[in-house]
Amino acid sequence: MKRFLAFTIKEFRHIHRDTRTLLILFGIPVVEIVIFGYVVTNEIRHVPVVILDKSKDVTTQKITDRILASPWFLEETKVKSEKEIHDLFKRGNVRLAVIFGQDFEKKLMRREKVPVQVIADGSDPNAARLMVGYLTAIVIQAQKDLNKGMDKRGRLFIKSRMEFNPELKGAFMFVPGTIAMILMLISAMMTSISIAREKETGTMEAMLVSPLHPLQIILGKVVPYVVIAFIDAVIIMALGGAIFGVPLKGSLFLLIGEVILFIFLSLSLGIMFSTMSSTQMEAMFLSFFALLLPTVLLSGFIYPVEDMPVALQWFSTLMPARWFIVILKSIMLKGAGFLFVWKETLILAGMTLVFLLVSIKKFTIRLE
Amino acid sequence: MRTILIIIQKEFLQIFRNRMILPMIFIVPLVQMLILVYAATMEVKHIDLLVVDRDNSQYSRGLISKLSGMKIYRVAVIPTAGKEAETCLLDNSADAVLEIPPDCERLLMQRQNSSVQLRMDAVDGMAAGIINQYTSLTINNYHKKWLASLMPGNAGNDLSQIRVIPRYWYNPGLNYKHYMLPGILVILVTIMGMFLSAINLVREKELGTIEQINVTPIRRIHFIPGKLIPFWIIALVELSFGLTIGWLLFRVPVRGSLLLLFGFTSVYLLAVMGIGLFLAALSRTQQQLMFVYFFVMLTFLLMSGLFTPVESMPQWAQTVNHINPFAYFMRVIRMILLKGSGFRDILPEFISMSIYAVAALILAVWRYRKTI
Repeated sequence: MKRFLAFTIKEFRHIHRDTRTLLILFGIPVVEIVIFGYVVTNEIRHVPVVILDKSKDVTTQKITDRILASPWFLEETKVKSEKEIHDLFKRGNVRLAVIFGQDFEKKLMRREKVPVQVIADGSDPNAARLMVGYLTAIVIQAQKDLNKGMDKRGRLFIKSRMEFNPELKGAFMFVPGTIAMILMLISAMMTSISIAREKETGTMEAMLVSPLHPLQIILGKVVPYVVIAFIDAVIIMALGGAIFGVPLKGSLFLLIGEVILFIFLSLSLGIMFSTMSSTQMEAMFLSFFALLLPTVLLSGFIYPVEDMPVALQWFSTLMPARWFIVILKSIMLKGAGFLFVWKETLILAGMTLVFLLVSIKKFTIRLE
Repeated sequence: MRTILIIIQKEFLQIFRNRMILPMIFIVPLVQMLILVYAATMEVKHIDLLVVDRDNSQYSRGLISKLSGMKIYRVAVIPTAGKEAETCLLDNSADAVLEIPPDCERLLMQRQNSSVQLRMDAVDGMAAGIINQYTSLTINNYHKKWLASLMPGNAGNDLSQIRVIPRYWYNPGLNYKHYMLPGILVILVTIMGMFLSAINLVREKELGTIEQINVTPIRRIHFIPGKLIPFWIIALVELSFGLTIGWLLFRVPVRGSLLLLFGFTSVYLLAVMGIGLFLAALSRTQQQLMFVYFFVMLTFLLMSGLFTPVESMPQWAQTVNHINPFAYFMRVIRMILLKGSGFRDILPEFISMSIYAVAALILAVWRYRKTI
């Protein structure tokens, strides 16, 4: 035990000595939270828009004012022809154009149907869809104001209630996702690389011939990262709560238990990868492509799993982060108890066991 | 010149001796594109809807059959609001619950107002917004038709005179894959150019082999290009490979000039390789570099507009993007491929990138020391 402690302290010193990496280890969660919170949002704000008004009457002016008064759109320039719109789109400065045809108001008076043409830059389909959605809402509102005093009886109201996240904050999605990503990154990636490093530089041999049991060596290498990962998880949750108001509705103990389970899972994954690779490059390669990208993209962190093709949905069931994110969301945001997450917990525990068994099987104390 | 060529030859020999490198160049991008491009979709394709039909009238049944008939809904109906309606959002078995109150039809028939309640699991705010919009629209349309059928001849549905007619240029089907693929190409090219070259240099440092090169008469001005050019070539090959795959599998259009794209990419690669080498000069071990690199990559990639439009980011982020090479490339590759923008359209980006490349390379050569 004493030997093991001494070894762990040595590992802590190694990490502590590398100030820059340490700084990044604690800096990453803070920067990620800020970026996901303020920069990578799915909202549309201040989109430059051009308006081509061939009618130039009071009604089109009213609608134009409404569009430009909204927080979503900003007027770029006035144009006189569709050709000009094309050029502006190609230069990439403008993404939306609104065209009012001739005699807009007159047609309206004659109770004809009048179109408002909207051209959106479809090269970013998401933004295009959102912009058109907002614009349609503005026009419908303008229409309603024009039709004031019409028949109002026999109407059906739809009362919408947004459960768990009434203000539709994006933070409710990215805080759990960031926790999963950072835990994975530190526990799995760092562990596998630091073990592979010992192999590559040959210092592993020095340790293997020492009286320490191989298991102790691995555990000693892993313990510091457990501590760092746990601190990072706490930082993210604290920041998410303080800045973005992400609540913790469920039990704190259950949450801590699940976080620790996931850290163990990631560590066992890291150890498994390190047994498969002999250089840091290979370990990085494995963790980056086999771990990080799928963790970000196939876990429901950014893109909802239910909307993926069926084959990918099956594939995503192999991603530990997918289950962990469901657990986090249920406990933190919905206040669900263990009864609602036992299935996911069991899956994570099972995965941990498999990774550990494979690592033990593949671990050799001989080096070629 | 001869010295550089010989170094390049040596580097190529060494690179291809590594058994990981070929799969890394050809198989990884393939898998990535297949998985990432298909996974990255914001479209809501299925909505699990639980309808609590407490009215059980012709009106409510009509609404349910209308919803069930739509491909996007998977509808389950229960007659009374019991435990299931309470827990289905908690255990993720439904995305939304629609409750139709008793007497809904009777009230409407008497020309009074009535209301239905729609509750959504809003943890994913974006999806919840879409579900709300879509479902409300469906219900409203149903209601309008119902009203019209009650009083034929009444212009109850004629309220919407102004129609918004959207057209989506460059991507009429709003195919999200065409948007994502250029983004993935940026990641691939950047990893090949910036990461591999930098890690290669640090590896020599960590293993000590760099000292052997340092004691030779090879000069910095020979050594740095010798290290960079192989990865520069590999990254360009990667781009061609990625474009071919994108065209074969996803029919991603190439509307602009390929020559222009490759020209811009070459300049871009010089810039990011310069940054990579600079980071390499600052690091002692591969692990250190990896982490700095990872940090830089994640931060700047997310800010570059990979998933979300740059124009909607806060002002400070847009200012930071002036020094973010990924942002320039992300913008230009989409412009050339999807919109067919020409040289004149991307001229400002081209000039910025060229200045960037020169500055980054000078910085890298200056920071590289032959002494320990």
